[in-house]
Amino acid sequence: MQKYSVFSLVKNALSNHENWDLAWKDPTPKKEYDVVIIGGGGHGLATAYYLAKEHNITNVAIIEKGWIGGGNVGRNTTIIRSNYMHDDNALFSEFGMDLWRRMSQDLNYNVMFSPRGIINLAHSDAQMNTYARRGNSMRLNGIDAVLLNREEVREIIPMADFSENVRFPIFGGLMQPSAGTARHDAVAWGYARQADDMGVDIIQNCEVIGFDVSAGKINGVRTSRGDIKAKKIGLCVAGSTNILAEKLNMTLPIETHLLQACVSEPVKPVLDKVVTFGAGHFYISQSDKGEMVMGGDLDGYNSYAQRGNLPTLQHVLTEGIAMMPFLSKLKMLRTWGGIMDMSMDGSPIIDKTHIEGLYLNCGWCYGGFKATPASGWTFAHTIAQDRVHELNAGYSLNRFNTGHLLDEKGLGTKTWIS
Amino acid sequence: MLHIKCPHCGMRSQNEFSYGGDATVKRPELGKEISDQDWDNFVYNRKSLRGKHWEFWQHLSGCRQWIKVQRDTATHEIFKTLKANEEIS
Repeated sequence: MQKYSVFSLVKNALSNHENWDLAWKDPTPKKEYDVVIIGGGGHGLATAYYLAKEHNITNVAIIEKGWIGGGNVGRNTTIIRSNYMHDDNALFSEFGMDLWRRMSQDLNYNVMFSPRGIINLAHSDAQMNTYARRGNSMRLNGIDAVLLNREEVREIIPMADFSENVRFPIFGGLMQPSAGTARHDAVAWGYARQADDMGVDIIQNCEVIGFDVSAGKINGVRTSRGDIKAKKIGLCVAGSTNILAEKLNMTLPIETHLLQACVSEPVKPVLDKVVTFGAGHFYISQSDKGEMVMGGDLDGYNSYAQRGNLPTLQHVLTEGIAMMPFLSKLKMLRTWGGIMDMSMDGSPIIDKTHIEGLYLNCGWCYGGFKATPASGWTFAHTIAQDRVHELNAGYSLNRFNTGHLLDEKGLGTKTWIS
Repeated sequence: MLHIKCPHCGMRSQNEFSYGGDATVKRPELGKEISDQDWDNFVYNRKSLRGKHWEFWQHLSGCRQWIKVQRDTATHEIFKTLKANEEIS
């Protein structure tokens, strides 16, 4: 594989950029693989990459119904953070932060990781207390957290509404300085390119029609491009999890919901942090192109539509304008939606299943993108070793049965206030 | 914007309603011994179908009644609405 560097850039500039290698191939599916990953999103690609890199398993296929980068990995708001209170979430996400920090070097692909910091705003004394508690928990787990008072927040984001007569005055905030953003497409392309180079077959436009299960074991998968045998299959399909679970006669603690995001017209640099509103569900950052990238609540009802509805967008942007009034002057450039695998406690599932050789990765709710490397790493471990890693032990499927829920924020399938 | 026909009030905009989830889930009978699995299925596990889906909505800013709505989860087409006490046929 051609290494991307300033030298390869100069060399290819001399031939008018006409001789770059393809980033990944377009193979015909083989009859059998050691491992098949269903879903060529960020998590599926990362899983295949770490299977090859960490476990030397390269006879792997990724099956994708659409195209690489067309699902949620290309639809999110690119926020990366590990500001969690519960140990299971904090340790998993902070492990991921380490992978993010060296991802561009590891993948030889500039994912434009920008650790610009995230601020969660607080609008009451009670909220400041819970943020102090969360910040302390984070620091005990080795994650950077800074509790900011009103004046400190004003220094950092003076464009927020600090006037006296507002419904939700800013009391302060909790900042994780090492959090940030990355270019989401580059993450998908970087993982795909490296996985392909190590021998993984990336098979696009290939829909799963059914599964071959006998005597409690998985033997393979039936697809629109023929049957593929595999002793191990990993399900990594986010909002389509329920569709595939139905084909396996499984009912999961997951509902599929629609989450919208939008960007404004590009403006000059104004916001160099990720900021979240604490009295509702709204978050904002500014992209390198200058667009204000915004998102918030679910549309609120089960949906596979992949496009949003206006009432939720209006509700979310009302919160945004309450927080930063200048947003009302901006024109909307694009809005879009993606379908989320909302778990019942708001935390993900990375686990084995009752079917031998079938592994499950789902339930990412609002936070799938930032989990991409850690999810891939732990899912690859779970598949390769046929046992969960301690990092994803808390993300078990049977926690709903045993009562060990991971209710970080009490955000599950329901919207923040419905 | 969805338009939902409330069986009590007629056609109203989505803004007046709040969502209540899968309407085919039945609470296990009171006072009866049930397995953990049955309780899980009632509390957590959902089919979340793509296509026709019976679901609860509440006409929160209207008559405040709970109703049942059959909606396509991919196209948002609404086929039928029922009062909460009417059985899904």
